[in-house]
Amino acid sequence: MYIIVAGGGKVGFYLARELVAQGNEVLVIEKDRGRVAEMTSDLGSVVLRGNADEASVLAEAGTNRADVVVAVTGDDEDNLVICQVAKRRFNVPRTIARINNPANEQIFRLLGIDATVSSTEVILSVIEQEIPSDSMVPLVRLRDSDVEIVEATLPLGSPLAGTALRDLDLPPESIVAIVIRDGEPIFPGGGTALQAGDALIALTRSTHEEELRQTFFARR
Amino acid sequence: MYVVIMGCGRVGARLAKLLVNAGHEVAVLDASSGALERLGTEFPGTTMVGSGTDVETLRRIGIERADAFAAVTQGDNRNIMASQIAKHIFNVPRVLTRIYDPIRTDTFKALGLEAISPTVIGAKVFYTMLTDEESQENV
Repeated sequence: MYIIVAGGGKVGFYLARELVAQGNEVLVIEKDRGRVAEMTSDLGSVVLRGNADEASVLAEAGTNRADVVVAVTGDDEDNLVICQVAKRRFNVPRTIARINNPANEQIFRLLGIDATVSSTEVILSVIEQEIPSDSMVPLVRLRDSDVEIVEATLPLGSPLAGTALRDLDLPPESIVAIVIRDGEPIFPGGGTALQAGDALIALTRSTHEEELRQTFFARR
Repeated sequence: MYVVIMGCGRVGARLAKLLVNAGHEVAVLDASSGALERLGTEFPGTTMVGSGTDVETLRRIGIERADAFAAVTQGDNRNIMASQIAKHIFNVPRVLTRIYDPIRTDTFKALGLEAISPTVIGAKVFYTMLTDEESQENV
């Protein structure tokens, strides 16, 4: 695959190094002369000096034959525009943007970016997994839909303990797909009774996410 | 009409004053409070310090009832992102975007933005004046 990485900061550098090691054809675009020199001595001649948001630089990089463009600069607006120009002007099949402000995730999706990666969101979800809380952790949102896969762990003393799945008062368009108990996934039936400590992997529409959270963390 | 202007540089400030003088309601947004001082103390419109690519800031400045949005900061990409938010998320009826880079101007025009490139317009004006003078000399 030919992969263009826009932005040669730490993320761009390590990403490029992995992609090269996997045998891909890689080109990093970076504007800072010093960074370009550093990366060239580490990775070889796979670095182009220039502004990746300039369409002329993308043309020089051969973007029209790229399979993937990944924009990982520190500026969300630059990442958005790089991906949009790559997609619309150079017909790149897959564009991936790094997002620094989690609030921008929805905007990027709406504006046609194929995939987004938000390090803030990732760290947040890890924190939420580490700390027992009443929060549902969004794992994945299915592409081009508002369906989310979420995870919720029933706390000790949960009133849902002993309740069979079929008696659970779920909001519409929501299902519990898997129950993880003591590290083992169970594909539940209607008769499966819940226990405190169970991690429930559920699918729901974003509009019902809050209702689902209230169902899982109902207090008596 | 109610116009939200993002970017209070020379163009933004001048545009704001023109609109206000013509009786329009204007709100100006800039990341720097110093830039907003360009409007002077008599400016009757709203001013706010903040980023035009932030949905909450736009909401606070009343983008939802805006008739028009003009993005005139120094950053092409910031203008492009803010304009797309105004157009596609808040459905502002009229959105104008300044884009210096002519190629990006074409790309985002094709994507439906009303883009204005000072580079293209400036070069055209200079070109016309220069070549007109030449033809006048020939006459």
